Amino acid sequence: MNQDLSLDLRAYVKEAVAKRQSLTIIGGGSKDFLQAANADGLLHLSGHAGVIDYEPGELFITVRAGTTLAEIEAMLLRHNQMLACEPPHFDHGNKTATLGGAVACGFSGSRRPFAGSVRDHILGVRLLNGDGELLQFGGQVMKNVAGFDVSRLMVGARGTLGVLLEISLKVLPKPELEATIVFACPQLDAPRRMSALARRSMPLSALAWVEGHVYMRLEGTQAAIRATQTQVGGDLTTSSANFWQSVREQTHPFFQQHQPLWRLSLPPASAMALPESAVLMDWCGALRWWYTDKPAAEIEAMAREQGGYAYLFRNSLPVVGVTPPAGLLAIHQRLKKSFDPHGIFNPGIMGGLA
Amino acid sequence: MQTESTINDWPQRRSALIKGLCAILPQAAVLSETEELRPYECDALSAYRKLPGVVCLVETVQQVQAVLRLCHQLQVPVVPRGAGTGLSGGALPHEEGLLLGLAKMGQILEIDMENLCAVVQPGVRNQALSETARPLGLYYAPDPSSQIACTIGGNVAENSGGVHCLKYGLTVHNVIGLKIVTMAGELLEIGGKTLDAPGYDLLALMCGSEGLLGVVVEVTVRLLPLPERAQVVLAAFADVEKAGTAVGNIIAAGIIPAGLEMMDKLAIQAAEDFVHANYPTQAAAILLCELDGANAEVSECIMRVRQIMMDSGAFEVRTAKDEAERAAFWQGRKAAFPAVGRIAPDYYCMDGTIPRRSLPKVLTHIAELSEQFGLPVANVFHAGDGNLHPLILFDANRDGELRKAEAFGLRILELCVSVGGTITGEHGVGVEKLDGMCEQFKPLELSQFHSVKAAFDPDGLLNPGKAVPTLHRCAEFGAMHVQQGQLSHPELERF
Repeated sequence: MNQDLSLDLRAYVKEAVAKRQSLTIIGGGSKDFLQAANADGLLHLSGHAGVIDYEPGELFITVRAGTTLAEIEAMLLRHNQMLACEPPHFDHGNKTATLGGAVACGFSGSRRPFAGSVRDHILGVRLLNGDGELLQFGGQVMKNVAGFDVSRLMVGARGTLGVLLEISLKVLPKPELEATIVFACPQLDAPRRMSALARRSMPLSALAWVEGHVYMRLEGTQAAIRATQTQVGGDLTTSSANFWQSVREQTHPFFQQHQPLWRLSLPPASAMALPESAVLMDWCGALRWWYTDKPAAEIEAMAREQGGYAYLFRNSLPVVGVTPPAGLLAIHQRLKKSFDPHGIFNPGIMGGLA
Repeated sequence: MQTESTINDWPQRRSALIKGLCAILPQAAVLSETEELRPYECDALSAYRKLPGVVCLVETVQQVQAVLRLCHQLQVPVVPRGAGTGLSGGALPHEEGLLLGLAKMGQILEIDMENLCAVVQPGVRNQALSETARPLGLYYAPDPSSQIACTIGGNVAENSGGVHCLKYGLTVHNVIGLKIVTMAGELLEIGGKTLDAPGYDLLALMCGSEGLLGVVVEVTVRLLPLPERAQVVLAAFADVEKAGTAVGNIIAAGIIPAGLEMMDKLAIQAAEDFVHANYPTQAAAILLCELDGANAEVSECIMRVRQIMMDSGAFEVRTAKDEAERAAFWQGRKAAFPAVGRIAPDYYCMDGTIPRRSLPKVLTHIAELSEQFGLPVANVFHAGDGNLHPLILFDANRDGELRKAEAFGLRILELCVSVGGTITGEHGVGVEKLDGMCEQFKPLELSQFHSVKAAFDPDGLLNPGKAVPTLHRCAEFGAMHVQQGQLSHPELERF
C-alpha cells in the first residue's frame, strides 16, 4: 500500500481538538492486549502507509507509520538488510503490526544488548502534535545533534505525545550466517555465565535462557562462527531462526502459560531464584519474563531491589501499564502538556498522565 | 524569564551570589577576580569570549544541588562546564551568571564487570575511563578526537561521537543511566544499569541537550569487550569522487567498518608535514577503513575491503603491517585539526552531516564556495556516517576575515540542510550555529524545543541563549537572508 493520509489525519486531529474529544491512536491493533487508551474516538493509521525513501547503500529507510513490519522486513530482506533491533510484531503472523506501533511501544528483540534498541535506530520522525500541527525532527543521517532529540523521545511514549506520521530508521546488512550454541545451565548460574560470554570478543547477537539451557546466537562469517564454537564448545545448530522468532513473538511453548505475565527489566547479572519453568531470560539476562500470581507490589519491589523495574504485560485485566518513576512524574506531565496541550492522545495509557 | 530586566541589579546579585557560594563551598572553589576568571572565558571555540560573572568549582553532588538552589533563588543564569573542549561555544560563559565547573568531580565510582557498565562522575575524562577498563578487557566506545581531555559529562551534554560511530553509536547509544540536578536543585535519577527505563525516554532528551535541561552529576555507561583484533586499510585515490564511491561500495557490500574516514589533499599534506604518517601525499583523497572484531572475521573483511578499494579505482591500498603502522595511520587522521592549524593562522571547523549519496555533489559545491569566498578549505570526514568536517582556513587578524569565514560556514550548513542533512553531527549548536538552526527548523519546531526546555527549567536559567535560537532571532535572520537574496535552494522545503 502507498497512500499519504497526512492531511486527513491532521484534519481529524484538528476536529478532535475543536470538539475537545480524545483519540485512541491505532495502527494494526496487534498490541491491544496492552492497556488500551480510554478515548472518545479512534484515529486509524493503518491506511497511512508506504515506503518514502529507501536506498540500501545509505542504510536507512523512511516509511509512513502505518506501513507493516512484514512489508518493511520483506523489502529489506530483498536487499540483504534488516531491522537490527528486531521489533516484535505480536500479530500471530497475520501481518498487521505497523512500524508506527512498534516505535510507539518501543519493544526490541533479542539483539538489543548487542545491536541496540528500536530507539537506538531512530533517525527522525514527522508527527502531528496535539494541536494538529505537522512537525519534523531528526532526519535521515546517522549523526545529528541539532536540537533536542525529540525523535527518540517518541519511542516508547505509546502515542501520548503525538501521532507518528513518518519514521526514518537505520537499517543494517544481514549477517552472512546465523548459528546458535546451546548448553545446559542452572537458572541461578545463567546470568553470570551469559555476562561472562558477553565480555568476550565474539560475534554474539543474542543470549537467552529458557528451560534449563542457555541459547547463544552467533552472527557473522562462517570462519568467525567456527572459531567461536572452537573456543566456547557446546552444540551448534544453524536452524535456530524459528527459536529466536518464537522468543521474540512469544510463541515459544514457554509463553503458553496462563498466569499473569510480568516483564522485568533488570541489571543483566541480577540473580533471582524463581520457579524454573516460570522464567525466560532474554537480552543477556537484562530482560526477564515471569509468569506469577504474586501481588504487583511484591514483584515491583523485587525488581526495584535488583535496581530494575517490572510491569504486568499479559493475561490479566486490568493491566496497569507502565508508570514513570515518581521523581520524574512532574517532568513527564509538563512534557505531555507541551506536545499535547489538550490531552487528546491516548488518555490513561501511561500511568500518572491525564 | 529575566526578572527586573530594566534595572541592572547585577552588582548586588553578584555580591549575594559570591557570599552565598562561599557559605556552600571552600573559599578556593569560588573565583571572582578578573585574572581568576580569564581562563574560563571561552571553550575550544575561542573566537567567542566572555568573562564569566563568577566561577565555582564543585566536587560533590550536594554542592551542585546547593549551588543551583542558590542560583535559582537569586535568578542567576548558570553555565555548566566540563573540560571546555567543546567546539560550538556551549560552555561560553554568561557575563551576568555563574560558570559551574564540574571537572573536579572526576571519580570513577564503579566498574561493574558483571553488568558490563561503569558508573562515573561527570568530570571523568573519556580516555581515562577506557584506560581503567582496559585491564578488565573492556572499553567505552565513543571516542571524540578530544578524548584525552574531554569529560564524560560534557560528552553527554554534546552527545559526542568520534570515529567509531557507524558501528558503535554516539554517546546516546552508550549511556544507560544518569543522575542530574535540575535548576531548582532537585536530584533526579534517569535509568540505571538496565537497558530501558519506565516512562518517556528522558535519557535521549538529556544526551545532546547542551546543558539546557539539567546538570549531569553521575553517568552510567555501557562497556564493551575489547575487540580481539583491529586492523586498518589505507587506500589512496586520484580523485575525491572515486573515494566517495568506494565508501558507498563498502557499505553496500554489507560491511560495517569500525571506522571509515576520508581526508582530502590539503588535509593529507598538512597531516603528513605534521606527524609524518607516511601518507601518499600525491593522492587527492585517502580513505582509512578500520575493521574490528573476532580475528577470523577481520581477516576475511580485510581481503574484501582491499578488493572493493581497488575495484573502486584506488591507485594504492595498504594494510597496516603491525600495531605501530596502524597507530601511525590513525595518528595522521587524529592530528588533522592541529595539523591544519599549522598551515593557517586560524581555522573554522564545520560539522554538517549529509546522506552519503550527496558526498560528491557537496564536495564540488564546497570547492566552488571556497573559490567564491577566497578562503581555502581542508576536508576531513567521518565518511562512513556522512559527517563532514570542512576546515575553513583564515586569518582573524585580517579585517573582516572571521566574518567571511563564518558566512562561508553558514553556506556550507545551508548546503547540508538542502541535501537532507543536518547542521551539526556531533559538535553541537552552542552559540555558533544558532542561525543554522533557523535554517533547519520551522518556528513550530523551535517552539517545541523551547517548551521541552521549560519542562525542565521553567525560568530559563540553565545555559540560556544556547542551542535553540529565539523565534525573534530567526525572524531577523530570515529577513536579512532574503534581503541579500542569498537563500540557496528556495524551492526546497525546510525542516
